[in-house]
Amino acid sequence: MTDIPAKAAVASASSGSLLLTLMKLRTFIALIAVLVFFSIAAPNFLSAANLILMSKHVALNAFLAMGMTFVIITGGIDLSVGSIVGLCGMVAGYLVLNGIDLQIGYTIYFNVLEIALITLAVGILIGAVNGLLITRLNVAPFIATLGVLYVSRGLALLSSDGRTFPNLVGKPELGTTGFGFLGAGRLLGLPVSIWILVVVALGAAYLAKYTPLGRHIFAVGGNERAARISGVRVNLVKMFVYMFSGFCAAIVGLIISSELMASHPATGESFELNAIAAAVLGGTSMSGGRGTIGGTIVGAFVIGILSDGLVMMGVSSFWQMVIKGLVIIVAVVVDQAQRRLQSRVTLMQMAKAG
Amino acid sequence: MNAATDHDVILKLEDVSKVYSGTVAVKRANFEVRKGAVNVLVGENGAGKSTLMKIIAGVEQPTLGRILLEGEEVSFSSSGDAVNRGIGMVFQELNLFGNLTVAENIFATREITNRFRKIDRKEQERRASEFLERLEAGIRPDMLVEDLRIGQQQLVEIAKAVSLDARVLIMDEPTSALSAAEVEILFKVIADLKARGVAIVYISHRLEELIRIGDYITVLRDGRITGQEEMKNVDTQWIVRQMIGSDAKDFAKADGHLPGEEIFRAEDICLPRVTGGLAVDHVSLSLRAGEILGIYGLMGAGRSELFDCIMGRHGHSTGTIFIAGKQVRERDTARRIRRGLALIPEDRQREGLVSILSVASNLTLASLSRFVRLFHIRGTDEKQAVTRMVRELAIKVADPAQEVSSLSGGNQQKVVISKALLTGPKVLLMDEPSRGIDVGAKADVFRTMRKLSRDGLGILFATSDLDEVMALSDRIAVMSNGRLTGMFDRAEATEAAIVAASALGHGPVPQMESNAHD
Repeated sequence: MTDIPAKAAVASASSGSLLLTLMKLRTFIALIAVLVFFSIAAPNFLSAANLILMSKHVALNAFLAMGMTFVIITGGIDLSVGSIVGLCGMVAGYLVLNGIDLQIGYTIYFNVLEIALITLAVGILIGAVNGLLITRLNVAPFIATLGVLYVSRGLALLSSDGRTFPNLVGKPELGTTGFGFLGAGRLLGLPVSIWILVVVALGAAYLAKYTPLGRHIFAVGGNERAARISGVRVNLVKMFVYMFSGFCAAIVGLIISSELMASHPATGESFELNAIAAAVLGGTSMSGGRGTIGGTIVGAFVIGILSDGLVMMGVSSFWQMVIKGLVIIVAVVVDQAQRRLQSRVTLMQMAKAG
Repeated sequence: MNAATDHDVILKLEDVSKVYSGTVAVKRANFEVRKGAVNVLVGENGAGKSTLMKIIAGVEQPTLGRILLEGEEVSFSSSGDAVNRGIGMVFQELNLFGNLTVAENIFATREITNRFRKIDRKEQERRASEFLERLEAGIRPDMLVEDLRIGQQQLVEIAKAVSLDARVLIMDEPTSALSAAEVEILFKVIADLKARGVAIVYISHRLEELIRIGDYITVLRDGRITGQEEMKNVDTQWIVRQMIGSDAKDFAKADGHLPGEEIFRAEDICLPRVTGGLAVDHVSLSLRAGEILGIYGLMGAGRSELFDCIMGRHGHSTGTIFIAGKQVRERDTARRIRRGLALIPEDRQREGLVSILSVASNLTLASLSRFVRLFHIRGTDEKQAVTRMVRELAIKVADPAQEVSSLSGGNQQKVVISKALLTGPKVLLMDEPSRGIDVGAKADVFRTMRKLSRDGLGILFATSDLDEVMALSDRIAVMSNGRLTGMFDRAEATEAAIVAASALGHGPVPQMESNAHD
């Protein structure tokens, strides 16, 4: 994964100070720092098996963080992603085990591809509900997605009465086998979930940089009124980002259920906070208008490696939380310092230019 | 007023300069404020009046120079500092909290409290109503500010400044939103303050007002003070000469091309106000290709609201618009832009630019679909368009990838105009296109307007600058209180008639004989 602002910073290093360049590269530096630290401090950290395992953990957070990045760039927030993960996992599990009873004596069973598509559609649909609440009914994003957080979690629990859907192997005679492929399958030596992450991340990064929709996402977050007057369909842009966030959450729901071969309704609790942390660590501004997919992915890796590495070192989970929190705070403080330094450098350049 | 010479100097600025990133707003200004007198400050838009006043009021700090208050050097690090030293200011842009009551606004940061540090609401409202009664505006102290008309809000701002018991009171265009009757009341208040020895600094564009109430006059041009006199020694011509200088304002002369067919028509546009009544009141007008139609009106006359209606920014507005004879049924801004309408909004920062994006991204924001194949933005096409607009409008920018906020006001305005032009409009709506930009950029903007009209665009432009509307328009429409109160051909338009039309519906019409413009 490349970090786009980091590259730009290297290109313009001659004009800015060294300090500024270091600050711009901070997420990258943090990533290298944690990698180096744990490869020394934790035995087996650099083994291929461990790296792949960590990547699978990171991937889950990275999906959510990408969706979150677009939402935050438009100036919003999506608290519902964790619950969508849980609900989508339950939808997939239910369909594998029970199919859909048509109430006329027949039950439709779907194959795994169809189940995956239906589950993604459910995620997108819940994202659309978020979007409609925010654009049509003018509910503040924080509140709208908080409400949807509870509703989705409640529905997930209702779907099984709080129980787990176990043993999702499916039945060959119904054509519902093969659900484990997403979570456990491999292509060219890498887990399927990593390949999916690569595809979605490249797609999202392309969208952000080379399409009008991407440009509009940044414009809406930078100045919604100006965007509206320039003819940007602000409501459609917002609908899209919440639907994309729901889509990403649905992918995570599918992958987790598939890995465990079971769906538990409490899956994904507090995932939204990790996603926000990764996005912020990657340089996404909570006030909107700034952020990159590349940065967010690096941010997700920093957080993921940090928690896995600390586990391997045997650090207590209580200390892990403290450390994670400190890292996030430092990231934002450095971010602010960089902005100030940046504007001072710009002013100085302008003064020199005349 | 005849004993003008005994007025002591209370406040003195010596060689004060103020530099913003990129622009010098005030250059080595020497300015004296006298006690018990109205010290008038006059100059064109962007001449530096407001900056100079903000320096006195402690809102801005001078880059160079000294401020002497009663002979003693002072420096204010905030407006609170200045208030403590007895300097109050009525700001041009309203600095009120709409969600608080009138009394709470007047006593903001100086709340009256009882023994238990609890705000004494009754006492505040009683004291506030004393000030409000003097303004005779029928404003109750317990009303919410956001429910007041804009003129009444301005009166609250004035009441707030008066309640400071200041020794120096600065009024930055206090009458811009007031009706003629309200202006009379304000003048009474000013006379009263003067009698009590308060030094008043008064900024206005309306020469007739200045001549009527001023004792001393100072003229600013491009950040420099070009004249300082006692009012009784000067006449309008002297003021205008100092304001404009020997080189007359560059309005880019008309080239005499004839307007073509009707390209735009608005019929019966209405926009209800939240507080009742109509912000735009049954306005109909028509515009021909290649014609510049100036819309003159005071603040709050409904010019911007009319533009908003035309652009489809208010779902609840009524009326119909036509482009080249065909009715525009699209109700949202995006599709109206596609039909050939484009707006250059009045407030550049809030509505014109996405300040954290680059110059290039801002330029193409409204017209991205023109550079797209399937869903991919073709970088080379976009870059070409950006380079072309930068050249055509002479935007001074080193690299279009720079953030747009790093440009000067004039260049930012050119970016906003270029953005609108890239959409290929047939009708261009420009709301105060010359506000807050320097003289050179103004000339460029005016020249661009001329060129566009020659190319067959219809231009509607709103302004509160009388000279501007007289110099640039082929026809002049006047709005007041949401209604269209006058429509003049340039040949037959006189300043007196335009001013009279702009005051209609604002209570009694001001006496026209005091309009000392010629």
